[in-house]
Amino acid sequence: MAIKKKMANKKKKVARKSNTKSKKKIKSIKKKKKVVTKKIKVATKIKTKKRSKIIHLDTTKKRGKKMSTETVKGGVSSSLDTSHLKVPFPFKAKYGNYIGGKFVEPKSGKYFDNVSPINNEVICQMARSDAKDVDAALDAAHEAFKEWGKTDITTRSNIMNKIADVLEKNLNLLATAECLDNGKPIRECMAADLPLVIDHWRYFAGVIRAEEGSVAEISNSQYSYNIPEPLGVVGQIVPWNFPLLMATWKLAPALAAGNCSVLKPAEQTPASIMLMMELIGDLLPPGVVNIVSGFGLEAGKPLASSDRIAKIAFTGETTTGRLIMQYAAQNLIPITLELGGKSPNVFFEDIMDKDDAFLDKCVEGFVMFNLNQGEVCTCPSRALVQESIYDKFMEKVIARTKAVVQDNPLKMETMIGAQASVEQMEKIKSYLDLGKKEGAKVLCGGDVAKLNSGLENGNYIQPTIFEGDNSMRIFQEEIFGPVVSVTKFKDEAHALEIANDTLYGLGAGVWTRNGNIAYRMGRGIQAGIVWTNCYHAYPAHSPFGGYKQSGVGRETHKMMLNHYRQNKNLHVSYAENKLGFF
Amino acid sequence: MKVSATPTALELIEDLKKTHGKDLLFHQSGGCCDGSAPMCYPAKEYLVGDQDVLVGEIGGIPFYISKTQHEAWKNTDLIIDCIKGMGGMFSLDNGTGRRFLTRSEICVPEGASLN
Repeated sequence: MAIKKKMANKKKKVARKSNTKSKKKIKSIKKKKKVVTKKIKVATKIKTKKRSKIIHLDTTKKRGKKMSTETVKGGVSSSLDTSHLKVPFPFKAKYGNYIGGKFVEPKSGKYFDNVSPINNEVICQMARSDAKDVDAALDAAHEAFKEWGKTDITTRSNIMNKIADVLEKNLNLLATAECLDNGKPIRECMAADLPLVIDHWRYFAGVIRAEEGSVAEISNSQYSYNIPEPLGVVGQIVPWNFPLLMATWKLAPALAAGNCSVLKPAEQTPASIMLMMELIGDLLPPGVVNIVSGFGLEAGKPLASSDRIAKIAFTGETTTGRLIMQYAAQNLIPITLELGGKSPNVFFEDIMDKDDAFLDKCVEGFVMFNLNQGEVCTCPSRALVQESIYDKFMEKVIARTKAVVQDNPLKMETMIGAQASVEQMEKIKSYLDLGKKEGAKVLCGGDVAKLNSGLENGNYIQPTIFEGDNSMRIFQEEIFGPVVSVTKFKDEAHALEIANDTLYGLGAGVWTRNGNIAYRMGRGIQAGIVWTNCYHAYPAHSPFGGYKQSGVGRETHKMMLNHYRQNKNLHVSYAENKLGFF
Repeated sequence: MKVSATPTALELIEDLKKTHGKDLLFHQSGGCCDGSAPMCYPAKEYLVGDQDVLVGEIGGIPFYISKTQHEAWKNTDLIIDCIKGMGGMFSLDNGTGRRFLTRSEICVPEGASLN
């Protein structure tokens, strides 16, 4: 809730409505900032202390390649300056893999350049790993599992709470790293990504303390005990849209359940998790978490197809999802897959019955397609608006969309940052072209955004609203950019028909003042999560996952624990006498 | 729906054949992250079946899409292009510094008529 408030406050600030209430809130943000500054000092101290334990790899050359303006301390151009955030440039020049509790060189000795989407400048080099590195990580994980799998729940829980504490102390540093690595706005990193990361570690630390197995009394001398047991060593492949949060969604439940992990971050955003391991690595026994960076084909595939993993968890797209299922079939292991959506966001006419705070919230709910540059699996990228309010409501959302501030993601005022990679920007461009060819009307945006002041080479797309028909490709495929396709509906039945006319079923939004409509739509929409009068809420306590082609299984929430463990049934007879069969 | 490839994409296909052999296939992806990307695999590694549609061939390589996605995309022809990039998950273009990209043109589905 605090996150929401902060986000809402900042939006209000830019959306010009300055009233006394918002002024008070801004004051409270300023106060919080002071507290955060204190935390940074502590964080920097901790970091310096811990660094002495880290193997320092060769930190020469490369950084700052393709510099467009003058350089600042840290060797990068001024567009990537982090001094106004009161944190040092977060990355070392080079990162090996994190295996067995330490950073090690990739066995091939190969590295690749990691660029920031902010201006496509090289910010560090990452290990370009292959099957041999994956094997080394699996060795370390299997060794660690011998103990970790038997560790007291209290011990595991306490460690995870300590991890959350360290991450919280380093929130600004990690948020800055995430911003540089992924291109998302720093205010989202600080108010959403990192607080959610911390929340997930604490949630899983807490929830395992309150869990119990079960006992069934079969008869007065026979009892059936159910005891959850970890799977063992699991493989986890995370995407580039929320690098730290998606890694945490996978790591926290896996570790809480007693597993060890080999995780591969996306090659587009491999660095922030290495910083996280620098900070929290020594809280865990060596080998419990192992991070192997590199390319999908060279490092991801050997991990996903390995016969030494007990489970594979993947977030991505459908074709690779099928391939991962194929590998899992060959090894007879379970999977969880999260493969995206084309989420409908439905606005009923009664939202405009009054011009009040709730209507303002609905307008924000529409503009949520810009969160994380639209690079969210549950991006509300199809908006369905009832025809009776269409013109008036669209006028409001277009104005609000035009007020979205697009600038250097490192600035606190920036609301929309850079797309995570050049190829992602190219893909979005291809859909902007296609939308126009399909006959959709561009209501705002519709092109790349040309920014200056050192951002000329960055990946920026204008927030775009298309008006069209649900049969168009721009309504059927996740563009994964700040692009929403809007259409009209006549009545509730029509809205439900359009909402469900999709291959996917991950998220959805319903906006109405009528509780009965909200309930019927919520139950009627075939999606794993239906946000009612809200959107983009991801607390650890809410399960996340898809219907239809959006995937298999759920993430977050304690139900995730059962995706990472088996049930041991101990069936015990306390009777002295035989059955009498033989 | 028809599929074709740009000269640069055909060049990348030829390069991949040199490294991985000629027996390759494409499968059009959907969904989030690298969704909408055309994925290229050794033919024996990717299981295609009755739930897939063979759209055509590019550079002598068969190009498939799932039946449900084919239905949703049927009003478009696909043009496979090649751009700079690193992604592509387990696709053979991954890590080459180049990657395939699906571009689209509007087409008239079979059986439909323009009035």
